[in-house]
Amino acid sequence: MADVKFQTISKTFGKFTAVDDVDLEVADGDFIVLLGPSGCGKTTLLRCLAGLEKVDGGRVFIGGRDATDLPPRRRRIAMVFQSYAVFPHLKLYDNIAFGLRMQKEPKAMIRERVESAANLLHIEELLDRYPSQISGGQRQRVAVARAIATKADVLLMDEPLSNLDALLRMEMRAELKALLLRLGTTTIYVTHDQVEALSMGDRIAVMNAGRIVQLDSPLVVYDDPADTFVGGFVGTPPMNFLAAKIAANGASQVVSLSGGSFPLADPAAGALAGRKLTLGIRAEAIVVEPQTGDGLIEATVIVVEPLGSHNLLTVKSGDDLLKVSTPPHLFPEPDSSIWLRLEHRRIRWMDAESGRAIQLAKPSAPAE
Amino acid sequence: MSRGRSSALSWLGRFGLYGTAVLVSLFILAPIYLMTLAAFSSQDDVYAYPKELLPRHLSTETMSFFIHFGGVLDALQRSVVVAAITLALALAIGTPAGYALARFAFRGSDTLRLSVVATRAFPIVILSIPLAVIFIRWGIDDTSVGVSIAHTALALPFVVLTTSSVFAGVSPELEEAAMTLGCSRAKAFVKVALPLALPGLAASAIFVFIVSWNEVFASSLLTLRHRTLPAEVLSLLEGAPLNFRFAGGFFLMAPSVIVILIIRRYLFTMWGRVLK
Amino acid sequence: MTTIAQDVTLGRRLRRWEVLPYGLILPTVAYLALFFAWPMAQAFKLAFQDGGAWTIEPFRMMMNDANFGDAFRFTMLLVVVIVPLQFVLALAMALLINSKLHGRGLFLAIFIMPLAISDLAAGLVWQSILTERGYLNTLLEHVGFIDQPYIWLNPTKPNQLLFAVVVAEIWRSTAFVMVIFLAGLQGIPHEYGEAAEVFGAGFFQRVRRVILPMLKPSLQVALLFRIIFAFEAFAVVLAITGRAKTTLATEAWKWQAEYFNSHVAAAYSALILVLSLVSAGLVVWLLRTPKEQMLR
Repeated sequence: MADVKFQTISKTFGKFTAVDDVDLEVADGDFIVLLGPSGCGKTTLLRCLAGLEKVDGGRVFIGGRDATDLPPRRRRIAMVFQSYAVFPHLKLYDNIAFGLRMQKEPKAMIRERVESAANLLHIEELLDRYPSQISGGQRQRVAVARAIATKADVLLMDEPLSNLDALLRMEMRAELKALLLRLGTTTIYVTHDQVEALSMGDRIAVMNAGRIVQLDSPLVVYDDPADTFVGGFVGTPPMNFLAAKIAANGASQVVSLSGGSFPLADPAAGALAGRKLTLGIRAEAIVVEPQTGDGLIEATVIVVEPLGSHNLLTVKSGDDLLKVSTPPHLFPEPDSSIWLRLEHRRIRWMDAESGRAIQLAKPSAPAE
Repeated sequence: MSRGRSSALSWLGRFGLYGTAVLVSLFILAPIYLMTLAAFSSQDDVYAYPKELLPRHLSTETMSFFIHFGGVLDALQRSVVVAAITLALALAIGTPAGYALARFAFRGSDTLRLSVVATRAFPIVILSIPLAVIFIRWGIDDTSVGVSIAHTALALPFVVLTTSSVFAGVSPELEEAAMTLGCSRAKAFVKVALPLALPGLAASAIFVFIVSWNEVFASSLLTLRHRTLPAEVLSLLEGAPLNFRFAGGFFLMAPSVIVILIIRRYLFTMWGRVLK
Repeated sequence: MTTIAQDVTLGRRLRRWEVLPYGLILPTVAYLALFFAWPMAQAFKLAFQDGGAWTIEPFRMMMNDANFGDAFRFTMLLVVVIVPLQFVLALAMALLINSKLHGRGLFLAIFIMPLAISDLAAGLVWQSILTERGYLNTLLEHVGFIDQPYIWLNPTKPNQLLFAVVVAEIWRSTAFVMVIFLAGLQGIPHEYGEAAEVFGAGFFQRVRRVILPMLKPSLQVALLFRIIFAFEAFAVVLAITGRAKTTLATEAWKWQAEYFNSHVAAAYSALILVLSLVSAGLVVWLLRTPKEQMLR
């Protein structure tokens, strides 16, 4: 068991800055997900923690020790690779026992640990086989079993599910989460799949261009993105972003969008009047009304995608293209007009130029 | 095109393909077969005409004549020694370089690779002559060591390129995984990379052996009284009787053919990336 | 368990692992510098010196030598005749193996059998076939083409000698070119050929317009090696023609091993080197593939 600390870590490859002055603290027992698109630096950061890459700046601490200059084998970590890296020339038993044998543990202990790890991953029947004789999904289990058998302080996982097909991926996700919950090891998990990130981590560190853009629990990352990048990257479908302006209209204030306007319900947002804003709102936070009314925005239906549990509408409102989620029985015709009400509690305000979220005083939360 | 006509044409095309393949195969196999036949014919059959085309009277007379010919047995031994030394030396020196080229992107790796490839453009002719002069000065002319040195210089580029290709075929993540499981770099190499690269390395080693075994130009120039087999055969060629030529040719040809049949699976692992 | 202080020292020592690749290549670089680069320099010294002074005397002696013209002509002839013939054969063989032919594993095994046969052995093999009391004459008489043994290896018929050497060389070294072509062909996704077929291209059209252009890098490599090897032709000529025909390499060998004149020998080898390099340059330039056209 150990906590992990990244202190102003930077790593460059030639002219390319992969990790740009990153600070991150992971508490003992925490499950943190590094999420981001390809090239954002998440895998590089993980490999710096593993010792497979040398940092160009900053220091790495594992369990309170400065591990920056230590080789991987002295860091008390275990790693699951994207390609599994299961040794083809060894039987599954020897694969899982590998780390323990390197530590020169007694045979009896090795057998016990290997079997219990294999049991946890449901591959105890296959221990005598070679990796070429089992499926990709089973090889993935071997990789995980091999990592947990050593009972390392920190578990590192580099996109372990991305090579599985969609159905298997979903099953393994749940299984892996249950397993890791049970083990309670400090885990750092890298993925580009935001569904995986949302479903698995205690906290998500969203990364972009070598920096951590937001570090929060999945719910907060989903509901309160730090900027338009996070809002657009996390969630299916991505968050809707609309150019907006707040102006006074007599005694009240009005939000003007390209396709219409509605009264501003949140008084705290009144301070944003006159600024160039981006309004962010999730597809499921937009309610479709069958006919026009006060405070509604008009839109034209372009495509209706029935997804079973709900329908996903693509609609055009003025210059904006929006995704709207509706209950499954609502089936407007393409080219028909509908009216939208934006749930004011789910509206997020971003600065139009920087894309960063604007923090407003929340009525129920204590001031920052 | 009607179906009947197209299937007839494709049948003809298939037949043509097979026919060509069989013809080429015959062209390749016939001389090997005939040489073997000639080497295992009796003393009389060697000079007989027309020659027997079927293995009816096999005999080891010709082969034993060759082996017991003055100097041949010693030359044979020397060829084996030289090839073995070359193999060991070339592999010991070249494999680390091949590993370095495959695993590390260091400054100068491209230059090294290019230089190594460029050495192939230099004919063995231009290497052997100064070496002959240099070895006389050093006192190692006419020795197996000298020939081994020259052969290693020839084989080294090949070893570097093929071991680089072999190691590139072993995923670096495997060694990384070993390092996270408690291995140092060296241990990860020994426990993971080496076992997986072994077949390709063995094939390279065997190929180096055969190249040294076959080499005749440098060997002839670098030896006088302690010749390797090809050099010995070459020096005895003028005026050599037919049975000597038959047996000699077979002796030089047979190991090569056998070796290729054994390592042919690994040829493409070795050559795969060398040729890009 | 090591203490924290020990861990850090070990770590700092390990930072020098960045030097590791250089350490690994050092033996190779050193060996090649000593036993390759240095002798090359020596070769040039030998070729341009005679008795301590800089001179082109060795070259003059080489050019004035009676055998020079013959050696040069025969060597060039070998290059010009062998290479095109061999390339067509190798391409055919590679295409054969790459097709969906039944039993192509067996054909492949047969085709590459001569790969490691030395030129000396090949010369001896074909000599046994072409000699007066050899197998070719036996076969021809059986079939009835001739009544009495024909002297194929006739010193007075230079074209026949050329033919014999060409056949022996093609028999021996086409496997090498074929392997290069095969590796190249296997890098061409077969969808390209299929697409061409759908659009109506026949077999030869496909070869000419789809396969050959994509095979250019392999063609380049194969041509490079093959031409350089051809300029080194030595033992096969000796084995088949005896002293009747000579090549540049043979003359180099003669001047070193029989006349003990390293200078002229070096001059010959320098000529071979120049011819090899010029051809290499021509090949690289003529068969250059602009980057945009590369598959990767």
